[in-house]
Amino acid sequence: MTGALGALGSAVLAMLASIGRVVIFAANTVKHLALHPFYPREFFQALVQIGWLSLPVVGLTAFFTGGALALQIYAGGARFSAEAVVPSIVAIGMVRELGPVLGGLMVAARVASSIAAEIGTMKVTEQIDALVTLSTDPMKYLTLPRVLAATLSLPILVAVGDAIGIFGGFLVGVNRLDFNSAAYLKNTVDFLETADVVSGMVKGAVFGFIVALMGCYHGMNSGRGAQGVGRATKSAVVAASVLILGANYILTEVFFTS
Amino acid sequence: MIELRGLHKSFGQNNVLAGVDLSIERGKSMVIIGGSGTGKSVLLKSILGLITPDQGQILVDGQDVTQADRDAFLARFGMLFQGGALFDSLPVWQNIAFRLMRGSLKRPKDEARDIAIEKLRRVGLKSDVADRFPAELSGGMQKRVSLARAIAAEPEIIFFDEPTTGLDPIMSGVINDLIREIVVDMGATAMTITHDMTSVRTIADDIAMLHAGRIQWTGPVGDMDQSGDRYIDQFINGRAEGPIEAIR
Repeated sequence: MTGALGALGSAVLAMLASIGRVVIFAANTVKHLALHPFYPREFFQALVQIGWLSLPVVGLTAFFTGGALALQIYAGGARFSAEAVVPSIVAIGMVRELGPVLGGLMVAARVASSIAAEIGTMKVTEQIDALVTLSTDPMKYLTLPRVLAATLSLPILVAVGDAIGIFGGFLVGVNRLDFNSAAYLKNTVDFLETADVVSGMVKGAVFGFIVALMGCYHGMNSGRGAQGVGRATKSAVVAASVLILGANYILTEVFFTS
Repeated sequence: MIELRGLHKSFGQNNVLAGVDLSIERGKSMVIIGGSGTGKSVLLKSILGLITPDQGQILVDGQDVTQADRDAFLARFGMLFQGGALFDSLPVWQNIAFRLMRGSLKRPKDEARDIAIEKLRRVGLKSDVADRFPAELSGGMQKRVSLARAIAAEPEIIFFDEPTTGLDPIMSGVINDLIREIVVDMGATAMTITHDMTSVRTIADDIAMLHAGRIQWTGPVGDMDQSGDRYIDQFINGRAEGPIEAIR
């Protein structure tokens, strides 16, 4: 019994220590935003890698999700003769919830893993030590550009994903469910509010921060060898995904219930 | 001059450094020898501030390194890493000129590139290597590029971490000769860690042997063979029998 309690205590302490380390890492990252120097080349490279090159995967995810959502809402709405709500529910569902969450998760899979693998490999091959000996702070050179690029590009990715998702719903609605195209569009526009779009983009920014932060944190703390880098990559994706879902609930509470 | 006083470092229960005292004279080439896992790399990384010692003092020209301005302190150092540690994402010339394109030593891009190409020539490589990426180079070429990066900003102190590991004997000889030439030409203070005895005899002015977390023996390289120290005799002659336990 004492052994089990001891093990539980150790696990809780280890978890709290991990949370503490992540919080300190996040605070350090934010602090470096205000400190000289800034590396624009690394920032723009990260912007292309994280933002631009994630567009196909986010777009495809949104497109198919929008289409499937239209089919689901139509089938569900038919039970109480509410098929007409398809355009508005697709729009609100995509913009408020599915666009940011699925976009965030897809970027977590694509970006958190690649950042953790890249930085983890740099760590085990002593490239991070080499940066330090060359008077370059790895937090400024590696972490800040990636975190900033992800935080700024995710809202745009989410907005583009929202539009593509709504378009996917529109195509299904018009071609499969016999909606009038003008009526579908009018319903979509009428029911969407600015706050819906803005809340989704704010979620995107938070998710972007989480994704890049987890990639950098786990990469910087990678263990030795191929196994260490593999474990860091897996941890980055799992942590980013869970944190995105947790943060999504909290942000939804803040935006829509208060 | 680099002076280490009572340096201690442990990792968990493992006492890696247990009171290291060592002096390296300005302009001298000191080689630290010792078996694998005796803390040679920890010692070197402690001086650079990559690892924080638990106890003890590190002085460079009489100044405690913990009190020194970090940028100015690091600008005096060059380091050749064991595996090269070249940045995969940058072409060779940007690796070499990395320090010259950022921070206090920043200069125009063209000038930084010219210096990088000159350093490439200094380590026996042609300028056509400049635009290639590290992954496109052989192990020996990567080592040379790493050496070029270490000397690019004309440092006063250069550290070499296992400079010949992973190279064939001929390439090892080439790198050893290059290191010796460069250190003499630049008048730099050098600290090398290795277990390659050919490197020791080519590079060193002085040697120090690290064993059980302390300096077991130190002296001029010429005295090494007549040191009378059983530990260093066993090490330099590569004998399995002796005071140093070999795990079979």
